[in-house]
Amino acid sequence: MSETIQVPTMAEMMAAGKAPEVLFWVGCSGSFDDRAKKITKAFVKLLNKAKVDFAVLGTEESCTGDPAKRAGNEMLFQMQAMTNIEVLNGYEIKKIVTACPHCFNTIKNEYPSLGGTYEVVHHTQFLKSLLEDGRLTVEGGKFKGKRITFHDPCYLGRANDVYEAPRELIQKLDAELVEMKSCKKRGLCCGAGGAQMFKEPEKGNKDVNIERTEQAIETKPEIIAAGCPFCNTMLTDGVKGKDKEGVIEVMDVAELIANAEDL
Amino acid sequence: MNYIPQILFAIVLLLGIGYFAKNINKLVRNIKLGKKVDRTDKKGERWANMARIALGQQKMVVRPIAGFLHIIVYVGFIIINIEVLEIIIDGLFGTHRVFATLGLGAAYDILIGSFEILAFLVLVSVIVFWLRRNIIKLKRFFYPEMKGWPKNDGNIILYFEMVLMILFLTMNGADFTLQQMGADHYVQAGAFPVSQFLVPLFEGLNEGTLIIIERTAWWLHIIGILVFLNYLYFSKHLHILLAFPNTWFANLEPKGQFENLESVTKEVKLMMDPDADPFAAPAEGEMEEEPEKFGASDVMDLNQVQLLNAYTCTECGRCTSECPASQTGKKLSPRKIMMDTRDRLEEVGKNIDKNGKFEDDGKQLLDDYITREELWACTTCNACVEACPVSINPLSIIMDMRRYLVMEQSAAPTELNNMMGNVENNGAPWPYNQMDRLNWKNE
Repeated sequence: MSETIQVPTMAEMMAAGKAPEVLFWVGCSGSFDDRAKKITKAFVKLLNKAKVDFAVLGTEESCTGDPAKRAGNEMLFQMQAMTNIEVLNGYEIKKIVTACPHCFNTIKNEYPSLGGTYEVVHHTQFLKSLLEDGRLTVEGGKFKGKRITFHDPCYLGRANDVYEAPRELIQKLDAELVEMKSCKKRGLCCGAGGAQMFKEPEKGNKDVNIERTEQAIETKPEIIAAGCPFCNTMLTDGVKGKDKEGVIEVMDVAELIANAEDL
Repeated sequence: MNYIPQILFAIVLLLGIGYFAKNINKLVRNIKLGKKVDRTDKKGERWANMARIALGQQKMVVRPIAGFLHIIVYVGFIIINIEVLEIIIDGLFGTHRVFATLGLGAAYDILIGSFEILAFLVLVSVIVFWLRRNIIKLKRFFYPEMKGWPKNDGNIILYFEMVLMILFLTMNGADFTLQQMGADHYVQAGAFPVSQFLVPLFEGLNEGTLIIIERTAWWLHIIGILVFLNYLYFSKHLHILLAFPNTWFANLEPKGQFENLESVTKEVKLMMDPDADPFAAPAEGEMEEEPEKFGASDVMDLNQVQLLNAYTCTECGRCTSECPASQTGKKLSPRKIMMDTRDRLEEVGKNIDKNGKFEDDGKQLLDDYITREELWACTTCNACVEACPVSINPLSIIMDMRRYLVMEQSAAPTELNNMMGNVENNGAPWPYNQMDRLNWKNE
């Protein structure tokens, strides 16, 4: 990566006496997972291009506690939550954007009663608003006519009723959006939620990500679009498992937009 | 005048309603074994949900065939109950078709005519339901938890409904024939668009025989309804009543929002408060509280709405057929979670009936009913919650039981313990250093 990206931290902002428009909550996946880091960078490039005044917490960010909570460890979750809330409130954060639906859901819904109330948006919602406000434009050329199917992340879709923002972005690319047989409210999980990402699945006759990948393949897509780093991993593995690498790409919606803009 | 039928009727009615009331009391008592939960906020939204989901059957039609047939049976059930009201009045006062004598005129014809058409449609729908369960063998009716009693229960309910509708039409057919014969007591009233086709069956029978047929059908019909009413408590069929309170008390928050345990908040705040003295003795006069149990290992640890959910479940299996774990052959079935909860709650209830209060029976919901393998297979995706046509939440029970396993028993799968250790030590589920969190920027 030669081009430089601008990623100011809250600490730097604070030192300069500035307050950003929005905090980008990167999340553990976005910070450490090799595949998810590409999504993080794609999103940052878009933020830079749209001249969004944002910042990240950097080393002051910590796990939201989502996997601990879904695993049943409420104690650890609340410790993580309260520590994070102290940091966020210390910086007087008002608005948060994140590319991880698990972080999105946890901060949006589960932090308020512990003292952390913020406006929280998913990166697809944020990108959509940038387009609507004319701060970002997107040319569809590169993806024109490509068959793209969108996999609804459970914690974005069913959990929070966000179905349209990612779809509208895909349509902005002049791509052909095709739906899987179970989508939106009835979208099938990728298999990673509820802390399943971190353990082997229970005994069964198939892995959930394979089942979901098969549903995606049925739509004969060129690209499976995702909006969650965990779904991305699960579907990428699924595509590999079905020997469709090189035929079908799994990409985050932010990557699609960034690619269209040659970022 | 002979009052014996009326007295007999009153006794049957009192017995039928009395026994039902007794069981409903038991049901309420059992639900109250659960923890209190405040679900009385936003009343407007709650009434609207009940109207939309229970009364309006909104979520039933997500699956159009079953939804359409169900609406017929549901509408039939409600409308035909107006006829039951007439039957009860007739039975108590020795009248016959009392509504007809109120001077309703053509309105009565329309009423009886529509009951008949509905009864016929109900009969057809119920037969289709039976075919789906027994001949077409829809997959969702054949999961392991549906073996034995649950399978028979489903069929018994359908037989009940078939018999009740046939009795109703037989009663009307015989009545209509008697009306045409000008039999005493049988007022000329009502329209019989369906049962008129039964008239040829009664041809050649004399008035006495017809009256016996009409009376027998009348008595069996009303007794059948009372038996069915009392069968509800012992079957999966309570949803016809409980769907209403269940949708009213349903969770109104976003599905992804899991409740933050207050007992934990207290402890965490104490832990994080630099001024707190961990060795402080309780203040004078203040009783040291027994620490609250985290999560649920038995039905008494669940909340009252979760227990109401268990009684409301009618085992349709939409949750299980949408569950990613079930779809891929894992042991978890959200329907089984609800059935187990109810079975255990009933067992606890019977224990109380016998002993006056709950005596430890060495059993609990965890392990004796719901296994850990089932609990750990859940992806918390909320598909089951979304699928339920009456707003039952199996996921909340799974979560409470996971909480018990992790916080009371430290019994999480090893890999999850590793993940949680990482979160605790590094602030991420993987073993990376928190100080490296921004390294991606320069990679």
